[in-house]
Amino acid sequence: MTGMPAETVLEAIDLVKHYPVKHGLFAPARHVHALDGISLDLKRGETLAVVGESGCGKSTLAKCLMRLEEPTRGRVVLMGRDITRADKRTLRVLRRQIQIVFQDPYASLNPRRSIGTIVGDPIRLHEPLERPARRRKVSELLETVGLGPEFMDRHPHELSGGQRQRVAIARALAVNPSIILCDEPVSALDVSIQAQVINLLKRLQRKLGIAYLFITHDLALVQHIADRIAVMYLGEIVELADARATRASVLHPYSQALFSAAPVADPEAAARNTRIILSGDVPSPVDPPCGCRFHTRCSYRKDVCVAEAPALGAVAGRLVRCHFAGKSGFPPAPTAAAAVEAGKEAP
Amino acid sequence: MSAVLHVEDLSVHFRTTLGVVKAVDKLSFAIGEGETVAIVGESGSGKSTVALAALRLIPDPPGKVSGGRILFDGQDILTLPDAAIRAVRGRRIAMIFQDPMMALNPVYTVERQIGEVLRLHLGLSKREVIAEVVELLRLVGVPAPEDRARQYPHNLSGGMRQRVMIAMALACRPKLLIADEPTTALDVTVQAQVLGLIQSLKDKLGMAVLLITHNLGIVAETAHRVIVMYAGRKVEEDSVARIFKDPRHPYTQGLLDAAKWEETEGALLREIPGAVPSPFDMPKGCSFAPRCFAMLPLCRQEAPALQEIAPQRPVACFVAQKRQI
Repeated sequence: MTGMPAETVLEAIDLVKHYPVKHGLFAPARHVHALDGISLDLKRGETLAVVGESGCGKSTLAKCLMRLEEPTRGRVVLMGRDITRADKRTLRVLRRQIQIVFQDPYASLNPRRSIGTIVGDPIRLHEPLERPARRRKVSELLETVGLGPEFMDRHPHELSGGQRQRVAIARALAVNPSIILCDEPVSALDVSIQAQVINLLKRLQRKLGIAYLFITHDLALVQHIADRIAVMYLGEIVELADARATRASVLHPYSQALFSAAPVADPEAAARNTRIILSGDVPSPVDPPCGCRFHTRCSYRKDVCVAEAPALGAVAGRLVRCHFAGKSGFPPAPTAAAAVEAGKEAP
Repeated sequence: MSAVLHVEDLSVHFRTTLGVVKAVDKLSFAIGEGETVAIVGESGSGKSTVALAALRLIPDPPGKVSGGRILFDGQDILTLPDAAIRAVRGRRIAMIFQDPMMALNPVYTVERQIGEVLRLHLGLSKREVIAEVVELLRLVGVPAPEDRARQYPHNLSGGMRQRVMIAMALACRPKLLIADEPTTALDVTVQAQVLGLIQSLKDKLGMAVLLITHNLGIVAETAHRVIVMYAGRKVEEDSVARIFKDPRHPYTQGLLDAAKWEETEGALLREIPGAVPSPFDMPKGCSFAPRCFAMLPLCRQEAPALQEIAPQRPVACFVAQKRQI
C-alpha cells in the first residue's frame, strides 16, 4: 500500500436526495433538500469524517451511501462498481464490503438473541460455514474486540454500553468489510468508555486496513481520529480539508463558527479561544436560502453572497465553498485545538 | 462568601428487587452566592440524584433520602412542610433539564407554561403575565417574542425550546439554578449560545448555578469549582483551574486523559480500563480500585475517606493522600 496512491473504495458523485413534503391536497409539491450535490471519495484504510449539525444531511448521506435510501440524482460507486441502481441481490453481495456501526448500542442489538447469534448472523448469510466453524470464528471476532468467549451465550441486557458497542463492532467485522460506516459510534457512551472504543477502532484500522466513514458532531473526536474532514451545512459540503490542516485553522465562516464553538477541556485554552457565536437557527431545508446557503448567518456577508451561490473551490490546499475564503481581509480563524497548542508553546 | 446551598452528609438509597442501591453516599458540598459548581461523573455516579434531592424530587418509593441535610438559606429542604417546599421549587431554586421536549407540556402554549410559574408564585394578573412572558423571552434571546409566546413546543427548534425552559426557570429570579446536562441534546453552535446565555444571565441576576454534566469541556469553560463523583461518592473537589492542571485522584486523572483528544493526534488515547461497577456488586474497599493504575493492597480492603491533602483540596484516595501520585 505504501508509495502507491491509495485505491478509492467508495465514491459519491454529485449525490442529490430530495424528500417530498405535502402540506395540503392542492398545495404545490415541495421538497426537503437533504443532499444537494455531494461529491466525496474514501480511500482504502483512511478515515473520513463528515461533521455538521442536526439537519445538515449527514445521516441521509450515510443512508444513500449504504443504498438504504435511493438517491434522487447522482451516483454511488463501491469498489469500482456503480451501485446507484443495483438490484437487491447484487446489493446483498456488495454489502459485504460496507458495514455499519450505529450510535445507540441499546437499540441496535436484538435483545432476544444471544451475542453469539448476533455476531454469527452476518457470517451465516454470507459464508457457507458449518456451525462449529462459525462459532470458532465468532469467538475469534469477540476476542478481536476485547471480549472473552464467555460472552457468546450472553444476551445484550447483561452487557454495559461499552461492551455492547464492542459487539456491534464485532458484528460489522464478521464479513471482512473494506469500509465501516460509523454513525456517532461513541456519543452514547461515557467519557472513559469512549476512549476505549475509539482506541479499539484505531487498532483495528491499523491491523486490517479498513476505511472508516465517521458521521459525527463531536469535533474534538474528529480531529483526533480523522485523516480528512468534510463539513456539511444544509445539504452541501462547505469545506473539505486534511484533519491536520483544520487543527491550525478552518476557512469557511461556518466551519469557523462550528470549530470555535466546541468546548475545550482546558480552562486556560478556553480563555484564549475566541468563540464565534452564530445568531439565529439553521434555515429550513425545505426552502434553503438563495445564493450562498450560509449567507443568512454569515458575518462577512456581501451582496454577491445573496445573489450567487459559490462553488466548492480549491483554496490553500483544501476545498471551500465561499466567495471570499483565502482572499485578503478575510482572516482564517484558529480553532479550539489551536488554542490548546498555543498553551503548550507558551513558556 | 456565604453559602446558598449547603449539603451535609447526604445519602440517597433506592430499593429495587435486586437489592438496595446507594445512589449517593455521604455527600457534602456547598455553593456560594453567584458561584458555579459543577458535578462531574459517569452514568451511575449519582450526580443527577443529587440534583433531584436538592429539590426534594426523589420518587419515594423506591427512593429514600436516608440521611443528611440540605440547607438552603438556612432551612433544611428535607424537613420543610409540603406547602413550604412548593414555595421554594421554581421560585427560589429552579431547574433545567436535559431534554426540553420532555420537560415542556406539548398541549400548552409557551405563554401558558411560563405564565403558570408567574401566576402561582408571584400572583400576577393576566395582563401582567403576558407582558412578563414576552419580557422573559426577550431576555433569553428568542426572536419575535410576541409571536413565539403563542406557539406550542412542537413549533420550536431544540435550541428555542431550551431557551423557553430557561425563561421558565428564570421567571422568578431564583437564587439557585440547577442545570442537569442542559446542553447534551443540543448541537455545538446552539450549545455555545445556550451556555453563553446562562453565563450572562447568571452575572446579571447574581444566581448560583449547580451544573451537572459529563462534558469536561463545558466544565472547563463555565465552572468555578468542580466535584468529581464516582459510584455515589465524592472522590475529589477543587477549583476548576487546579483540577484541570493538577488532578490528584487517579479517576480524575483518567477522565481528563481520556478527553485529551486534541493533543493526541494519531496516537492512542490513555484509557481507563473496565467499567463502572454494578451498584449491586460494589467491590470491597475503594470502588475505583479494580480500574486504578495506582492501586495499593490497602485499597482492596478499606474505602478511603475524604481527606484534605492541601487546604481546600479533599481527595478520597490512599495513594494521593500519601502523596505518591
